[in-house]
Amino acid sequence: MKRNKFTIVESRAVVIPKDNIDTDQIIPARFLKTTSREGFGENLFYDWRYDSSGARIEDFILNTPNGEGTILVAGKNFGCGSSREHAAWAIADYGFRAVVSSSFADIFRSNALNNGLLPVQVSEGFHSAIINHSKSNNKTTLKIDLMKKEITVEESGDSEKFEINNYKQECLINGYDDIDYLLSNIKEIEEYELYKASSL
Amino acid sequence: MKTLFDKIWESHIVKDIPGGQSTLPGGQSILPGGPSILYIDRHFIHEVTSPQAFTGLRNRGRKVFRPSQTFATCDHNVPTSEQDRPIEDPLSRIPIEQLAANTKEHGITYFPLGDPSNGVVHIIGPELGITQPGMTIVCGDSHTSTHGAFGSIAFGIGTSEVEMVLATQTLLQSKPKQMLIKVDGELSNRVCAKDIILHIISRLGTSAGTGHFIEFAGSTIKGLSMEGRMTICNMSIEMGARGGMIAPDQKTFDYVKGREYSPKGELWESSVKRWLELRSDAGALYDTVFEIDASEIEPMITWGTNPGMGMVVNGKIPPADSRLAEKALDYMGFREGEPLLRLPVDYVFLGSCTNGRIEDFRAFANIVKGRRKAPGVTAWLVPGSKRVERQIEADGLGEILREAGFVVRQPGCSACLGMNEDKVPEGKYCISTTNRNFEGRQGPGARTILAGPLVAAASAITGIITDPRELVNTTGSENTYNSKSANTKNDEEK
Ligand code: SF4
Repeated sequence: MKRNKFTIVESRAVVIPKDNIDTDQIIPARFLKTTSREGFGENLFYDWRYDSSGARIEDFILNTPNGEGTILVAGKNFGCGSSREHAAWAIADYGFRAVVSSSFADIFRSNALNNGLLPVQVSEGFHSAIINHSKSNNKTTLKIDLMKKEITVEESGDSEKFEINNYKQECLINGYDDIDYLLSNIKEIEEYELYKASSL
Repeated sequence: MKTLFDKIWESHIVKDIPGGQSTLPGGQSILPGGPSILYIDRHFIHEVTSPQAFTGLRNRGRKVFRPSQTFATCDHNVPTSEQDRPIEDPLSRIPIEQLAANTKEHGITYFPLGDPSNGVVHIIGPELGITQPGMTIVCGDSHTSTHGAFGSIAFGIGTSEVEMVLATQTLLQSKPKQMLIKVDGELSNRVCAKDIILHIISRLGTSAGTGHFIEFAGSTIKGLSMEGRMTICNMSIEMGARGGMIAPDQKTFDYVKGREYSPKGELWESSVKRWLELRSDAGALYDTVFEIDASEIEPMITWGTNPGMGMVVNGKIPPADSRLAEKALDYMGFREGEPLLRLPVDYVFLGSCTNGRIEDFRAFANIVKGRRKAPGVTAWLVPGSKRVERQIEADGLGEILREAGFVVRQPGCSACLGMNEDKVPEGKYCISTTNRNFEGRQGPGARTILAGPLVAAASAITGIITDPRELVNTTGSENTYNSKSANTKNDEEK
């Protein structure tokens, strides 16, 4: 699958400091009925963006000028709950390239990576530094350098290294995904099957 | 010395991604410690998370690699009444029609709506004997962890991964950390598997399992029926774990034996021999170990908006020590320090892959027998599968339930996630035997209180949150959950 290549992303930090943002908040189940991967961005955080009558909730960050950016910063245990990949699609479709948190739910992390969306896990300290900076300044710009595995708050110059599996890093940089890699191993998979069948 | 997890994991590695040059065109070098190619024995799919995977496959011009190892059902979007009628809502109908077309095109076994084997994916896999010890099992659904109750490595995956399994029958996976949770001791009367897992999650928290695979062990776990074990593994994901598992034993083999897809004859004998090896060696190491005393566990409910916000049914809501807790209380309309016993309930939902099996209906019926449903309560009793639905009638439970004023609906996920029309209205309280009490999970503004079938049954009778220990047993029979292992197979399968 063709994906955007990811090297360096620089953007205003869009901060939603809540912990434990689960996939039902990211994209409520009632919006999962479409059978394509596109268009989920429209309903991202729907119940926070709109009230029960469908009116925009004006002070929710995505409805304000501070919501314009491609890096989402959220509280810990981001993406917990269901395995729905729609959560990653919705975030990517909305235009985000990376999510920064001090921890991610496992399935969300791999779903994000499989869709060219980079989960950047930072220390609690660095996380608070970003949040605090965004509280006392009207703009916080983050730079995420995937080659160097480094995230920087541009205004303060604070930076931190982050972890990402080298294999995944390579996939993102080159815009490849796991399926390309697995398909190149079909012969070995068939050999494994033969071996397994003979050992039963 | 190896854990159960190590043994199954290692026997499914096709290859570890080696160091040195990558096989990707133009790729850089890959260091060791990367993911492994893990072979997948069984793959379940349903209508919500599979359409995009088939589209992806088509875009690559690929066919399903091993169609006989994938099984499909529709469950999330289905109505729970009049299933023989066409589904009106096109948004629910289209994914189901796509699943039918996709499985037909690729030669995948599909249990459509109304089929005698249809039901919630995590209920039908074990029922059909598709789920077996020692296997790797995946599904585009987080509660795939349920199948771990049979001593298999079972975990939920995303849609891109569904596509990988369809295309190659493998996944790229890094080995998770391992956790052991030992539960020992006698369970008190009217305490069930759901209470054990709610107790564990409220003690350890919803992220205690992050990055881990959990093995549940100990005398209490061994004493549980297969249904109870499934309830425990089902909710291991709510602690943030990749999955949960329990070493197989005679009870497991008895459950698997004689089912449609389980091994027969000589193959059965050799399988059991292999399965007997599936346990952790004495002294095997885990990254994290927790020990739980079963005698401390009491009937549980939740007061907040994640499954870790739990308390004993007759307890008081703990102090709100975080913004999250305050927000949860606000959403639920509760205050810290308040008891919830005797709070009026609007809805009761018995069902889902957590508690929609025959044993759960037995336990529920055992409590409501000879009593009447409270007039103000809307009760949805939704069997997890067609088989459970048939057995409810075969066992005479249907009659008991109807006499008590309940209606048994048709199988599906139903109010567990409110994708069909079974939605709890805004602000209403629902005692739900499901696994998630997230904001809006059962419908926008719905207030979910998680509990086991016994609390649900007792509350459906009184109309207020009720401790099942307070209801005198009218039937004279003991708590069905504590009975050894009821034979849970259908008569038709004996
Ligand atoms: S019953 Fe609920 S948790 Fe289980 S598969 Fe269906 S929606 Fe998911």
